[in-house]
Amino acid sequence: MPPIETPSISRRCLVAAGAASAAATASPLAATAASNADAPVLAKVSFEINGKPQTLELDTRTTLLDALREHLKLTGTKKGCDHGQCGACTVIVEGRRINSCLSLAVMHEGDRVTTIEGLGAPDRLHPMQAAFVKHDGYQCGYCTPGQICSAVAVLDEIKAGIPSHVSADLTASPEVSGEELRERMSGNICRCGAYSNIVEAITEVAGRTA
Amino acid sequence: MKAFTYERVRSPAEAAAAARKPGAKFIAGGTNLLDLMKLQIETPRHLIDVNGLALDKIDKTPDGGLRIGALVRNTDLAADKRVRRDYAVLSRALLAGASGQLRNKATTAGNLLQRTRCPYFYDTNMPCNKRMPGAGCSAIGGFTRSHAVLGTSEACIATHPSDMAVAMRALGAEVETVKPDGAVRTIPIADFHRLPGATPHLETALAPGELITAVTLPKPIGGVHIYQKVRDRASYAFALVSVAAIVQRDGSGRVAVGGVAHKPWRVEAAEAQLRRGAKPTADLLLSGAKTTPDNAYKLTLVERTLGAVLAQARA
Ligand SMILES: Cc1cc2nc3c(=O)[nH]c(=O)nc-3n(C[C@H](O)[C@H](O)[C@H](O)COP(=O)(O)OP(=O)(O)OC[C@H]3O[C@@H](n4cnc5c(N)ncnc54)[C@H](O)[C@@H]3O)c2cc1C
Ligand code: SF4
Ligand code: FES
Ligand code: FES
Repeated sequence: MPPIETPSISRRCLVAAGAASAAATASPLAATAASNADAPVLAKVSFEINGKPQTLELDTRTTLLDALREHLKLTGTKKGCDHGQCGACTVIVEGRRINSCLSLAVMHEGDRVTTIEGLGAPDRLHPMQAAFVKHDGYQCGYCTPGQICSAVAVLDEIKAGIPSHVSADLTASPEVSGEELRERMSGNICRCGAYSNIVEAITEVAGRTA
Repeated sequence: MKAFTYERVRSPAEAAAAARKPGAKFIAGGTNLLDLMKLQIETPRHLIDVNGLALDKIDKTPDGGLRIGALVRNTDLAADKRVRRDYAVLSRALLAGASGQLRNKATTAGNLLQRTRCPYFYDTNMPCNKRMPGAGCSAIGGFTRSHAVLGTSEACIATHPSDMAVAMRALGAEVETVKPDGAVRTIPIADFHRLPGATPHLETALAPGELITAVTLPKPIGGVHIYQKVRDRASYAFALVSVAAIVQRDGSGRVAVGGVAHKPWRVEAAEAQLRRGAKPTADLLLSGAKTTPDNAYKLTLVERTLGAVLAQARA
C-alpha cells in the first residue's frame, strides 16, 4: 500500500498554489497561463443581466448557466442536460435565444442577457408567461422557463423572416402555424409532454402581437 | 472540465500568435467544444476566443459567388437572402440541423470542424481510437446502427455529423485558412475532411493552429435544390442518412450524401447516372460499401431517399 500522507500533502500544496496564481492573473481581457495545468484560472466579466449591470470574477470554466444560477442566484433558468440537448437553460442574449449551458460566462463580456426573471414577474407577467398559465403549458414546470424564453424569441425570429425546416417556400415570409411552431420549438424538450398546450399558448400570443 | 486560460483575439495575427501557446484551441460558438470539454474528451489548456475577429460577413466574390466569414452563425447563413435564393440546398441543410438555439451560436467554421464522432466516442469508459489513438474501436463489433458504411477503416467507423458540410460538398465550396506563420491557402471541401485510415484522430487537412477565415461558394449553378434528411424523429436529431441534391431541368445534377462516412460522400461518376434514376446512381455511389447487420439498412435508405429526391425535383 502506498503511504497516504504524501499524496494528501501534495494536493493541499497544489490547491494553495492554484489559488495564489489565480489571484495574481485575474484580468478582464486575458487570464495568463497558470503555473500548474490544473489550477483554476479566474477572470472578470461584466455584462447586463435583466437590465442590471453585473461584474463577476469567475473560474474560466463557469458556463453562463452556472453564472446565472450559482453566482447571481437567478435560479429560474434550469439545468436539464448541461449538453445542449434539452433547452431548459434557454436564455435570450442580445435578442437571440441560446443554450446557456454551452456558453462560457467569460465569453459574454458586454452582452445583454434576459432570463425568465427579466421577462416578467408574478405581479406583471409577460404575455407569454400569462398565456402558458392560461393554456396549462406545463405540468412539473421544469422546462417552462426555457420554453417561454424560447417561445418569445421564436416569434421574433418569425417576424424577422427567418425560415425554418418546414417553411415550404424559403424565399417567402414564414407564417405562424402549428407546424412552424412545433419545428421551431423542437430544441425545448418537455418530459411531461405539455407540447400541444405550449403551441396553443404561443399561437395565442402570436395572434395578439401580430 | 480541465482548467484553462482564456484570451480574446482581435486579428488573425493575434490569433496565430496565441495558437502557438501549448494546448491552445480556438473557440467560436462553443457548442461542440464545450460539450466535449465537459466530458474531458477535449482538454485545451488555453482557449482563444475568435468571436472578435470580424469574420461574420457574407460578401460577393469577384466571380459571382459568395464568401462566407468563418464566424457567420448558422441561423444567419440559412436566412441570408442570397443563400435562400441561389444556394437553397445550403439553407435547407442548415435548417435541418440541431435546434434554433444551437444554430444561433454555431458558426460556419465550427460546424465544419465539429468532431466526427459516434456514441462510443462520448462514453469515456469505452476504448476509442479517436479519443485515445491505439486504444481500439468499441463500435467495431458493437452496436453500429448509426455508423458509417463507406470509407471506413479497421480503426474507426464514425460518421461526420454535419448537415451543412453535405450541402457544401454538393456546391463545391472551398475553405480559406491562415496558418500561424501567416501563410494563406484554399482547401477544396472534397479534401478538407479526411477518411479515418489508421489515424482517425486526425479529421481534417488543417495544420495545428491553422485558422479558418471563410468558406467560399462558386457562382450559382441554378437547378432545383433539395436537402432530404432522414432521422429518428421529425426534428432535432442527427441524420441516419441525408441527401443534398442540385438537379437541373434536363435531369443532370449533383448529389452528396451524409450520415454514411467520415466525410460528406460524393462520387462524380455516380452523378453521370442521375438521369437514369436512383438505382444506377446509388449503385455507383455506394460501391465498395462495408456494412454490418445493424447498418446495412443505410444502403436501401440512401437509394430510396435519392429516389424521393429525384421525384421531388421532377415534380
Ligand atoms: C444537441 C445537439 C444537436 C446537434 N444536432 C446537429 C445536427 O442535427 N446537425 C448538425 O449538422 N450539427 C448538429 N449539432 C452540432 C452543431 O452544429 C455544432 O456543435 C456546431 O456547428 C459547432 O459550431 P461552433 O461554432 O459552436 O463550434 P465550436 O464548438 O466553437 O468549435 C468546434 C471546433 O472548431 C474549432 N474552430 C472553431 N472556429 C474555428 C476557426 N475559425 N478556425 C479554426 N478552428 C475553429 C474549435 O477549435 C473546435 O475544435 C448538434 C449539436 C448539439 C449539441
Ligand atoms: S467508430 Fe471511431 S469514434 Fe466510434 S468508437 Fe470507434 S474509433 Fe471511436
Ligand atoms: S441544460 Fe442546456 S440544453 Fe439542457
Ligand atoms: S412541464 Fe415538466 S418537463 Fe415540461
